[in-house]
This record gives sequence, C-alpha cells and structure tokens, in this order.
Amino acid sequence: MANIPQKIIHEYLRHDKKFPHVWCSGCSNGIVLGGIIRAIADMQLDRDDIMMVSGIGCSSRMPVYVDFNTLHTLHGRSIAYATGIKLHKPHMKVIVVTGDGDCTAIGGNHLIHAARRNIDLTVVLINNNIYGMTGGQCSPTTPHEAIATTAPYGNIEPDFNICNLAMGAGASFVGRTTAFHAIEMQNMIKDAIIHPGFSMVEVISACPVIFGRLNKKGGAPDMMKAMRDNSIPLAAVEKLPPEKVEGKIIRGILRRDERPEYCDEYAKLVKRVQAKEAK
Amino acid sequence: MPKTKTEKTKVAAVKEAPIKESPKKDNRKVVLMQGNEAVALGALDAGVNFFAGYPITPSTEIAEILAAELPKRNGVFVQMEDEIASICAITGASLAGAKTLTATSGPGFSLMQEGIGFAKITETPCVVVNVQRSGPSTGMPTSPAQGDIMQAKWGTHGDAPAIVLYPDSVKESYELTIRAVNLSEKYRTCVILLLDEVIGHMREAVTLPDIENVRVISRIKPTVPPQWYKHYDENQKYLSPLASYGEGYRFHVTGLTHDSHGFPTNKASEAADMMERLRKKISHNIRDLVQIESHKMEDATIAIFAAGITSRAAKSAVAAARAEGIKVGLLRPLTIWPFPDDAVRRMLRNVETVIVPELNQGQLIHEIQRLTKDKSDSNLIAIQRVNGRLITPNDILRKIKEVC
Repeated sequence: MANIPQKIIHEYLRHDKKFPHVWCSGCSNGIVLGGIIRAIADMQLDRDDIMMVSGIGCSSRMPVYVDFNTLHTLHGRSIAYATGIKLHKPHMKVIVVTGDGDCTAIGGNHLIHAARRNIDLTVVLINNNIYGMTGGQCSPTTPHEAIATTAPYGNIEPDFNICNLAMGAGASFVGRTTAFHAIEMQNMIKDAIIHPGFSMVEVISACPVIFGRLNKKGGAPDMMKAMRDNSIPLAAVEKLPPEKVEGKIIRGILRRDERPEYCDEYAKLVKRVQAKEAK
Repeated sequence: MPKTKTEKTKVAAVKEAPIKESPKKDNRKVVLMQGNEAVALGALDAGVNFFAGYPITPSTEIAEILAAELPKRNGVFVQMEDEIASICAITGASLAGAKTLTATSGPGFSLMQEGIGFAKITETPCVVVNVQRSGPSTGMPTSPAQGDIMQAKWGTHGDAPAIVLYPDSVKESYELTIRAVNLSEKYRTCVILLLDEVIGHMREAVTLPDIENVRVISRIKPTVPPQWYKHYDENQKYLSPLASYGEGYRFHVTGLTHDSHGFPTNKASEAADMMERLRKKISHNIRDLVQIESHKMEDATIAIFAAGITSRAAKSAVAAARAEGIKVGLLRPLTIWPFPDDAVRRMLRNVETVIVPELNQGQLIHEIQRLTKDKSDSNLIAIQRVNGRLITPNDILRKIKEVC
C-alpha cells in the first residue's frame, strides 16, 4: 500500500474550497483546531450534534474549516448566538471558539452573563495577547509595557487574567493551558465539553508574525519554547516558593464545580408552570 | 352627510392576508387589550416559540407577557444582558429551527442594527418589534414619535432591503405581528414591526379570530439529502428552503459575503449574486409585500399620506372635512418598506395637493416628494411635530382648509 495520509483531522475537515486557511505560518490556531477535533473524535460524539460558533478575529475563522454545524457571527457576539442555539436545542454540544479581543473586550458582557447563568457552552478562548487580524492592536490581554500598533510606546494598561474573570463571573469549569501542551489541551477541552455548565478553556497561544515580531519574541519555535519554559502545572504551584511562581502561566483545571445548569433550570421551570396550569 | 362606514380598499394585491374571516361570528372573542398585548398574542398565534429581549419602555409589556406565556407552550423566554445579545440570541435560535421575535424601543433598536444586518445577509428569519419613542438618545421614553422610519430601512450598515410593517390600531398590531412573523419565515429575513408608543400602550376592543382561522406560514424545509443542500438556493421567486442546525444538515453560516453554500467568498461574481438575491427576493415580490389602505380617495383632490397613529388623526380630519364638502382622502401604508411606489403613484395621479403629517422632522415626505416630482413643491405640505405630542385631527383639518 502506498503511504496515504489518514489522520483523524482529515475526517473532520471540509476539504473543498476552504483551504488554504487564513492563518499565518507559526500560528497556534491550527494546533487548537486539531485539539478540538481529536477531543470530539475521542468522545465519539455525533457530529450532527456538534455546533461550533465563533465571532470575529483570527481564531474565529475556525468554524469554516470543520464539518460540524458551524456559525461565524459578529465581533464579540458568539456567546449570545450560542445561547440562542443551546436554549432551543439543548441536546447539542455547543462550542464557542473565540479570542482575547473578541471575548473579553467587545464581547466581555456576554462572557460574564453566560458564565453567571452557567449555560452549558464550551468556550475555547485562544489568547494571543493581540488583535492579529487587524494587524497588531492592543487587546485586554496585551501585557503591561508590551508593544502594539496602538501602543507604540508600550502598553500602559494592566491586562486581564481571563480565568479569574470567568471564575469571578461564576463559570463552573475554568482551565488554562497552552498550545505547546497539545495533549493536555485536548484532554482539557474534552473535560470541558463533558462538564454540564459554562466552561472556559483559555489556550495561551503564539502569534509570531504580529505579536512576536512587535515584541522581539523570536520565531514560532522560540515562542513555543517560551510556553514550555514559562508555564507550570497547577499541581506544582503549591510546592514551589512564591518567587518561582511569580509571572508564570499556571496551567490546569482551576475550577470544576457542580452548579445548576441554565437549560436544566429552564426545563424545570417549564415543568413547574405546566403542572400548575394543568390543575 | 359623511358616510359613517369606512371603505377599506387593499389597492396592491394582498395574496395572503394573515387572517381569514371567521365563519361563525359567535366564536370570536372581543377583548379589551393594549397594543403591546396584541403584539405578544399575535406572536404566540403566529407560532413564535423563542423570545430573547431586554426591558425598555415603552415595549416592556411584550417581554413580560411572553415571559409568562412561553413556558406554558414549551417555548423559550430569556432575558438577555442587552439588546445586542437579544437580536443575536433570536438569530441563533432561528438557525436552530425556532420561530423568533424580540421587542424593543429606539435606544435598543439602534443597538440591534448590526445584528439586524447579520440576519439579513445570512437570510435568517426573525422579527424585531420597535415600539417607537421620542429621540434622539434617551429622549422622552413615554412620549410618541415616528422618528425611526428611516432607521428601520437604513439602520444597518451596507446595502440591504427592508420589510417594515406599521399598524394603526391595537387590532392591526395583532394582525401585522402575525404577518411580520409569516413574512420573515417566507422571505428568510429580519422583518421589522414599527409601533407608535401610544398604540403600544393604548387599550382598544379587539375582535380576535379563532386560532384555526389564523394563517401561519413556516419556512420551507429542505427535501434533498444533506450533500445536495445549498443554504441559499434560488428557486422560484428567490425563496429558498432553510435547514436547521442539529438535524443532519451541517451547513455553514457567516456574516461574510458568501457563495450559495454559505462559504465566504471574495469573487466578484459570487458577491454580486448574493447581493442581487437579497435585493430581488424583495423587489420581485412587491405585490405580496405591500399593503396600503385607501380611504375616500375616489374623488379626492386633497390626499393625506400618513402612517400609524397619525393616520388615525388624519381619518378623523377627513370625516370632518368631508362633512363640510371638502374632497379629501387618506392613503395609509401598512407596509412602509418596501415603499408602495406604484400604488401611491397611481392613487396620487388625480390629486392636486398631498399633506404628509408625521411625528418627525420629515421622513415619509421624502418618499412622496420622490413620487410626485412632476407636482410643484407648493402642492406638497408637511405637518411635522417632534415635541412628544400627537398631531391632532384639528391640526390636519386646519391645514386642509388652508389649501382648499
């Protein structure tokens, strides 16, 4: 037999007309796409039940490439569209793919309220610390003093800690990983999809062409190595002295709580109201 | 002597009036209700099973009633975090197969404009009810105004035609809500229903039809296997079937300019096809979309052109003027967009003077100006008011007497 490439992702990609993709070389978005596909393949979910929703930005171009139910919406609004779909078809597994600007700047309001409702959406937030698609403007996660095209003298704003934001708003599953830790990411996405409630998976990613170049971070391999070297698993945090934790990316599932899920609560309300009406 | 009975002529053909006359009169219920209640009831009777909204005066009662009623009928009511989220949630739910509606007023309507454009470019059925209030900005939340007539057409960026309906009474609020839902399903677009604040809050006796006599239109579902399905298929009259998410048709929807399968494109030919489809599905179906009431226009030399609550004042002024022997009539659009060009042009042919009263600084009058270019400007008379008060029958009568 000839050596015919047969990877899992090939079964899930829309091959006609959609490629080549829009992402730059060295971008982490493809790794995250692979992680989501492998998580879904692992769970053997029916792809007719998978709904992928996105907003606007580099990461939000993902749905067009995959053979699921896919919806590419307005900047910042993916969670609001996803809420409508999930409430009408609660059996669907609704995955929102978004970025730091899309989800925590323009879409911040929808993020906190979906987290508060604890509606069963899985948000995969690819955090590249910058607006890539529009060419390198400052985002809510651009680090303090980093360079962006709209912060040419260095960013004077403090940055968001996305996981803390999601937890503060009431998200019942919150995890952080990086594009370097592909297997960990894939498993975390799987856990997040299984979790009945609002899940946030923050994937720290590399944007070598824009963020990396503006901030002299080297090429894609250097940025991947930085993710490896500058991150520590949650389990190790307690054993390390505080100075070794300072400034590091902490990876792992930061919260996994059982809390009433919104669609379940709505179904209960309907039952209650109808029982009362029947009397 | 003026006739007491109003002859109502639907000049442009209306093939599918939403309500048939009930065969047995006794079966009809007479109910005293508010315009906003009538909208909520119309939505339920049209089969709306998903409402997402945000409280705003003077539309809030619509949300309150649906919050109570939808759970009884297995529908979904959700109060979102703002109006932007509301239009997005109903669009998402519609793509998943729900019949959807939201209700708001000026400030919320402005916030929804980007989402309305998304529903139009993605050809997703949904209805936005805008109970208009005085503006701009916060304005006078409990005072009437007709300032959103142009926003309803041009509010979203880019170029896309609009379907906008405008009732003049509580009863018609019920009927046009059903019609708005039906048209949104049939034409796969966001249909807008404009109410005046006073119609939203006014109570009138309404004769409701039997539910069996309410004509409900639902989207056409695809009959082809998924691999043959095109999300935007041009069949006759540009009305194409619509699959729902989660039912085996794994389609893609994007706000980017797209090809007939829904995938983004930069090709000039495909972009032109998409824009033409959006335009033609409206322009090729004008006769189905347009409704206009002609009242005592047969021998009129003076015509009043007015919509919504202002047309009620105009109707009274017509009766009073006719009592004094003045030949005046009223033209009232129930569909304001697409504008009923042909019908208006035809009906104004023998008229010497047109009076356009409206609660704004001049919006509908531009359309009449466009259609009566051959008449001199002195024959086109505006009555405009933007102080939160209505134009009264006397205001119009005075103007009629000035010109005759």
